[in-house]
Amino acid sequence: MAEVLVVVESSGGTVKKVTLEMLTLARSLGEPAAVVLGAPGTAAPLVDKLGEYGAVKVYAAESTEIDEHLVAPKATALAQLVKAVSPAAVLIGSTQEGKEIAGRLAVKLDNGVLTDVVELAADGTATQVAFAGSTIVKSKVTKGLPLVTVRPNSLTPSPAAASPSMEPVEVALADTDKLAVVTKRVAEAKGARPELTEASIVVSGGRGVASAENFKIIEELADLLGAAVGASRAATDSGFYPHAFQVGQTGKTVSPQLYIAVGISGAIQHRAGMQTSKTIVAVNKDTEAPIFELADFGVVGDLNQVVPQASEEIRKRR
Amino acid sequence: MKIVVLVKQVPDSGAERNLRADDNTVDRASANNVINEMDEYAIEEALRLQEAHGGEVTVLTMGPERAAESIRKALSMGPDGAVHVIDDALAGTDALGTSKVLAAAISELAPDLVISGAESTDARGQVMPHMLAERLGFAALTGARKLTVEGSQLTVERQTEEGYEVVTAATPAIVSVWDTINEPRYPSFKGIMAAKKKPVATKSLADLGVAADQVGWAGAATTVLSHSKRPARSAGQKVADSGEGGVALVDYLSSEKFV
Ligand SMILES: Cc1cc2nc3c(=O)[nH]c(=O)nc-3n(C[C@H](O)[C@H](O)[C@H](O)COP(=O)(O)OP(=O)(O)OC[C@H]3O[C@@H](n4cnc5c(N)ncnc54)[C@H](O)[C@@H]3O)c2cc1C
Ligand SMILES: Nc1ncnc2c1ncn2[C@@H]1O[C@H](COP(=O)(O)O)[C@@H](O)[C@H]1O
Repeated sequence: MAEVLVVVESSGGTVKKVTLEMLTLARSLGEPAAVVLGAPGTAAPLVDKLGEYGAVKVYAAESTEIDEHLVAPKATALAQLVKAVSPAAVLIGSTQEGKEIAGRLAVKLDNGVLTDVVELAADGTATQVAFAGSTIVKSKVTKGLPLVTVRPNSLTPSPAAASPSMEPVEVALADTDKLAVVTKRVAEAKGARPELTEASIVVSGGRGVASAENFKIIEELADLLGAAVGASRAATDSGFYPHAFQVGQTGKTVSPQLYIAVGISGAIQHRAGMQTSKTIVAVNKDTEAPIFELADFGVVGDLNQVVPQASEEIRKRR
Repeated sequence: MKIVVLVKQVPDSGAERNLRADDNTVDRASANNVINEMDEYAIEEALRLQEAHGGEVTVLTMGPERAAESIRKALSMGPDGAVHVIDDALAGTDALGTSKVLAAAISELAPDLVISGAESTDARGQVMPHMLAERLGFAALTGARKLTVEGSQLTVERQTEEGYEVVTAATPAIVSVWDTINEPRYPSFKGIMAAKKKPVATKSLADLGVAADQVGWAGAATTVLSHSKRPARSAGQKVADSGEGGVALVDYLSSEKFV
């Protein structure tokens, strides 16, 4: 069976959920082989988890140069690996960096690339969701191998134990791979909450929340549900919540099991980032708010009453 | 400093957008076509650099006839001129092909700096800046929320999932920007009038030395097989809060096993 390369995304020694989803997808296409691209020592702590989800091999392309330069060295390492192992497909997370690696790889290999893929069939047919979640597109790479970026939360990861061997990959970088130098990485406080794009529950607040302080009622409900906190653009533009948490066309795309929109009207650009959520719940005082058109359950009322009461009720039932 | 700004015309994301039934391409005829939102931030950033350091700002667009309207609109914000790549053979071009054409056009302009949007609202690819950097051998500083220029040295704050990274490079480089970087200006009346007289050079594939079979339908490396509208979500249950709305909400969450 041909190998399917899965580019690993990790953070602080932990494999990101999208990687487990891609390994699950890869198993339906061939033999999953995980590819770790990073500083020396990145791969070792990830191997067990990658094995749990079926990686039969872990390619470790590790060097300080990969870590110190933006994107380009990763694409070079990956291109060398693709040429060496001729995989059946290459799966990369549909994240900012994932898409960027994919773009470079496409040029290097003169290979088509498809982004934001939610399904990939064994014959290479990809399913993409376009235009704010309103359109489903079936597409295919016609030149080269299926090179796709997979949207986080498009499928449920399922374990299938394998015991991967670790294979070091020597990387020969070109001078043009080392033009952009990363001099600093800053993690901005995100606390203990799950990553927005990975969370199975997201509670988002909009302009209706009315102030930064008042976002505490959103955070309180989120914490009771083990959820991530999101925000509409009106809320981030007004400085109620940091921009990194914006959901929508110009923010993050989320696809959780449950999305709770609080004080959000449901503009088309907001929907673009949350429309594919499994279940949608809305709280809004305006019964005509468009968000109710897509909500499975809606409460028409003042969020300042409804949300704290809901939090209180969850506490009571524990 | 010589700056090229990449501007793509896209169908307005605030209205319904469709793919065409016949060839699966974006239906531009029925859409309200506008400048890709992130590209307005790219234009603004270029103009601010020009104000601080001098030089020249050129808009570059690849797109059909109607993209000319967006070019004029871009010019009304202040750039000096534009290049419009237009050719019938470009119909059906995918991202890989677009990067070939834009790279050829950029080479000809030989800028110090290319500024683009971080992503387009129709494709949402986020692939173009790195594709171009790969082809041109430029440094790529992408996803910027802040850009500082000192001589030929560029420093960018790049937005990441976790926070941000500081990334530096020397020109020639391509920088892509998010909407957090600045607040784009509105064109003034004077700007709109002046834009009418600014030079817009049209270039064909032959002018750029790109073979027609490398782009368009012939050269595409991907194909759309079919498309359909996602069934619209239907409204579910809606309750009016009369004092127990929060409890009703938790009842629902509990019936769906979320609590
Ligand atoms: C190119 C472009 C890109 C965009 N990208 C995004 C994006 O990525 N994400 C995004 O979110 N938006 C985006 N927008 C903006 C979008 O069009 C809307 O303006 C925005 O989503 C509105 O945010 P909102 O729903 O919080 O605010 P509003 O539309 O003002 O809605 C606030 C809602 O809160 C309700 N409310 C007020 N007070 C209360 C209360 N006490 N109790 C209960 N309900 C209350 C109101 O009834 C109203 O429905 C974009 C726009 C453009 C043009
Ligand atoms: N046809 C085009 N003409 C000019 N610029 C483009 C074109 N396509 C993409 N771009 C630029 O590349 C950026 C990223 O596009 P994308 O990779 O499609 O998300 C856009 O914001 C534009 O600045």
